[in-house]
Amino acid sequence: MMQHLPILQVLLPLLAAPFAALLRGRELAWGLTFLTTGAAFLISIALFLEQRALGTTLVYELGNWAAPIGIVYVIDAASALVLPVISGIGFIATLAARQLVAAEIDRRDHGLFYAAWLLTIAGMLGQVTTGDAFNIFVFLEISSLSAYALVAMGSGRDRRALPAAFNYLILGTVGATFYVIGIGLLYMLTGTLNLADLAERLPQVEETRAAFTAMAFIALGLFLKMALFPLHFWLVPAYAHAPSAVTALMASTATKVSVYVLIRLIFGVFGIEFPGLVDGVGLLVLTLGIAGAFVGTLAAIVETDLKKLFAQSSIAQLGYMAIGIGAMSATGLAAAFLHLFNHALMKGALFLAIGMIAAQAGRATMGTLQGAGKQIPITMTAILFGGLALIGVPLTAGFISKVYLIRALLEQDFWLLAGLTFVSSALALAYVWKIIEAAWLRPRPEGAPELSETPSQYMPAWIMVIATLGFGIYATPLVDAAFAAAHVFIPATVGAP
Amino acid sequence: MSAWMDPILGQWNYYLVIALMMIGFYAVIARGNMVKKIVGLNIFQTSVFMLYISMGKVANGTAPILTGEPSTVYSNPLPHVLILTAIVVGVSTTAVGYALIIRIQESFGSIEDDDIIAMLDDEEAPAS
Repeated sequence: MMQHLPILQVLLPLLAAPFAALLRGRELAWGLTFLTTGAAFLISIALFLEQRALGTTLVYELGNWAAPIGIVYVIDAASALVLPVISGIGFIATLAARQLVAAEIDRRDHGLFYAAWLLTIAGMLGQVTTGDAFNIFVFLEISSLSAYALVAMGSGRDRRALPAAFNYLILGTVGATFYVIGIGLLYMLTGTLNLADLAERLPQVEETRAAFTAMAFIALGLFLKMALFPLHFWLVPAYAHAPSAVTALMASTATKVSVYVLIRLIFGVFGIEFPGLVDGVGLLVLTLGIAGAFVGTLAAIVETDLKKLFAQSSIAQLGYMAIGIGAMSATGLAAAFLHLFNHALMKGALFLAIGMIAAQAGRATMGTLQGAGKQIPITMTAILFGGLALIGVPLTAGFISKVYLIRALLEQDFWLLAGLTFVSSALALAYVWKIIEAAWLRPRPEGAPELSETPSQYMPAWIMVIATLGFGIYATPLVDAAFAAAHVFIPATVGAP
Repeated sequence: MSAWMDPILGQWNYYLVIALMMIGFYAVIARGNMVKKIVGLNIFQTSVFMLYISMGKVANGTAPILTGEPSTVYSNPLPHVLILTAIVVGVSTTAVGYALIIRIQESFGSIEDDDIIAMLDDEEAPAS
């Protein structure tokens, strides 16, 4: 049983999805999803603990066909760290989905909603576990296609979800197709699709133009998927108009998985020694990352719709992950992994709390929030803590990732970039302050809709807030795991301070 | 055949793929009609299918069906198998895309990008 965990991780949600679609009663479909995501979360934790205890790479051969002929699932320090993020957020978002989906989705569609929900989680878990380049594409499309459907399901309340989902589909497919072109070129050069095998054979052809073109296509496709500035235009409308539960799930996982795949391909296959990687891709990612951090933060400051505000802030946060990747060092990668983990927690908490407000008031804008601090203090406090973590205030998880990010930049003497990272983080204070001012310093206007809160409404968000604070105060295990993940791609001896 | 023509004639399949790819990509970017965007997307994806399928061809190779003859040269069937999967993905994407277009037509009364952007701007204005 234990040895089959890597495949069960993906198979369980994948197989549960059609059953969810068949279940008519909404409680049943939700119950099945709840159990499945819960089991997937437990499997992720078991895999994480097993990998940490053994310190080696767990390889699962599908149908006992050994690599490179067969497809293998690979659990190393990096995938073991990302799996619990996806399945954990999936589980907690499912907890919250019970009320959010009941409020926002037509009763008859619940079975289909949860089917798409499980499929998108299965696709993301598959992208992380698989050790095969083409398999990544297949899982990428499984998760993306169901994500388009999930975003479009927001159309019951907000018809703008439809064009948002359509644009997401067009850009998502273009991104995935670019990735396939890159993989095709690599296959022509090396004759293999297994990631480990590719990494072994690429050095023989690394001086060719085809190898460089392959890297360019793969990187560009994944930039689109991870919404790196300036390829982020699909993200804000898709997040803003999707059902609240979907926003929470996707904002914390979908782009993160693409960040992980980018790291896996760029560092795990091409490798840090690949010609043109550090000077070309590294510099490009650094520049786009810092530009995205500023553009996203500034756009968030002027935004009044809360979902859009935090979607813009996601662009900025993805910029920080890009900076970590662009630093091209073990510390930089560790910072990217840390921020991937921490940002998933904070954005999950924020979007779940905002979703609860949006489900009651129809929309969550600055106007809705006015004076809300007295009516729903517990939910608003969750938003406050989430916002503080986004800025990177000490004692929150956001602080830890920013510290390592700035340390990575200083290691390479990128003083200006470190300064800019600090300034853009501090600018986030402006939009968090705007929320504090609206919620606590303004009176509730006459005739504003009554907001209420019950433990079942704010619990899911608070679980994530507590995790954010917990990992902010006691960060050692997480930091160790992130460095172990980074050392999968850049050995400890290379680029160490 | 003169030497300078070799790279062109020897790689004609790639030129075809690139031409098709750009036609499709242009349609995705430049067309405002959503159905035409999906058609462009299909052409774009098909060009990638052709890239894969043409790379599987081995000079003088036959269809990869075992004949028992050791001297037979086979073409590589793996890219074809991969593209079988990619075609399925492409069909599903097209289906989801068209389903969305139908819903957009129902609720907006148009499938032109410009019309919908104008309608969305009108909706945004009073709300904010």
